Amino acid sequence: MTTDSKLPLLVETLTAQRDAFLSQWTRTVGEDLQGRLSLAELGRELGELYESILRALTGGDLDSHGENFAETRSLLIELSRNRARQGFTPTETARSVFSLKEVLEPTLTSDEKGAQQYLQFARLLDDLGLLTTEAYVRTREEIISAQAEQLLELSTPVVKLWDGVVGVPLVGTLDSARTQVVMEKLLQTLVDSDSTHAIIDITGVPTVDTQVAQHLLKTVVAARMMGAQCTISGIRPQIAQTIVALGIEFGDIPTNASLSDALRQALKEVAEDATEEIRGLL
Amino acid sequence: MRDYGAALASADTVSVADSSDVVSARQMVRTLAQRSGMSLVHQTKLVTAASELGRNMLVYGGGGVVRAATITEAERCGVYVEFEDRGPGIADIELALTDGWTSGSGMGLGLSGAKRLVDEFDISSGPDGTTVRILKWGR
Amino acid sequence: MTDRVPVLKIGEILLVSIQVDLEDQMVMDLQDDLSNRIVATGAKGVIIDISALEIVDSFVGRMLATNAAISRVLGAETIVVGMRPAVAMTLVELGLSLQGVRTALNLERGLKLLRRISAGRA
Repeated sequence: MTTDSKLPLLVETLTAQRDAFLSQWTRTVGEDLQGRLSLAELGRELGELYESILRALTGGDLDSHGENFAETRSLLIELSRNRARQGFTPTETARSVFSLKEVLEPTLTSDEKGAQQYLQFARLLDDLGLLTTEAYVRTREEIISAQAEQLLELSTPVVKLWDGVVGVPLVGTLDSARTQVVMEKLLQTLVDSDSTHAIIDITGVPTVDTQVAQHLLKTVVAARMMGAQCTISGIRPQIAQTIVALGIEFGDIPTNASLSDALRQALKEVAEDATEEIRGLL
Repeated sequence: MRDYGAALASADTVSVADSSDVVSARQMVRTLAQRSGMSLVHQTKLVTAASELGRNMLVYGGGGVVRAATITEAERCGVYVEFEDRGPGIADIELALTDGWTSGSGMGLGLSGAKRLVDEFDISSGPDGTTVRILKWGR
Repeated sequence: MTDRVPVLKIGEILLVSIQVDLEDQMVMDLQDDLSNRIVATGAKGVIIDISALEIVDSFVGRMLATNAAISRVLGAETIVVGMRPAVAMTLVELGLSLQGVRTALNLERGLKLLRRISAGRA
């Protein structure tokens, strides 16, 4: 093979013993991943990677950030993303690259020239290994922020309970960002559905501290200013005790022990509103 | 509060001399808030704060200049507004920031209320004028 | 000369629908106009529609509270209708709770509430 590579011996060896190296590499990585990925799939992945590294090495430059390695990098990023999604650890992902060193070591380090080229190649593989970790972490972060967003959406459904009554079953911990979303959604639903009563059910909220109480209070006041009644229901005994122990001022927020009580109360008021069709004025 | 003065190189400016200018100032702030992709609630809070501070500036500082600019950082975008007057200044800022305190005809919620509506708030006052700086991040 | 907010009379009700960004002078004029009209017409109820208002600051908030108090003295009940959610959330943060001001979700509900009040049941 004609080449302007800086590591001619390495390229030669990699080309000559491709099949042996590749199958050993696949085996090593396969053992690491303990059969959670099929050998055939792994072999295909690593085969592509092997080819692209070989092509890059033939090109000469050894800079892992350079033009030559663009294809290798994108293959590695793709590989890391998949590993992150499939739930492999960062170590397992990086080992996919590093284990190529173990495979090559016995063959290359038998003479001095080979050893020298091996060291240079090892440094390159270190860089590429780090790249996988970076891509892995980035993917994980994307997954986490996407999930946080979904959670925010999922956990705040505003449901219509009856004509004129809407409810929000809150589940999980309340922080300012979430309360903001809940408040906005609840108040908008009041306007859109022309509902005069809202029930916030906190059965699924594990703890109520001063800040959470503040948020609830603000929601109730905002609803009242818009001309709607807002009730808090689902206050469990422990929470009632905490509220009293903390000395939290729930002010004149209407509260009910259970959602059904709150709903009964709201329905009664809605019914009163509806029957009072009094002629006059207009 | 960090110094966002550099952002004012490309700032929009409204000089406030009467109450119609307060309306122009808050419209300017609203336009910037919309441009920075701020949510409706955040926009409303920022514009309300600007309205309070703009009126304060007119009533107690005899008018002045409002400058506003969008701020872009790594992963967030916000609006920075600066209110500068050449009035007599505020003798006791601490007191002026207390809820319910008023030296004029307001409800005493101007400064303290505006502070609660934004993410960053800074006030400096001396015998030759008062400057209030606010920043609201969009989310 | 600034614009004035129109005060419309429908039966025994005065309707104020604020459609423009309010200048402070307009707010003060409205307060005068409204109390004059209540006396002149003997209105029993006032509805202030703020559904078009994008912001309500402490000045406008104070006007709403003052108007409610003044009209009550003059024998008329004031209902503020159509407050936007973002405006309500901002007012809460601002520390203004519009104590003593009756509110309704929209004009229709405001009218119903006035009827109930005049029938002495609310």
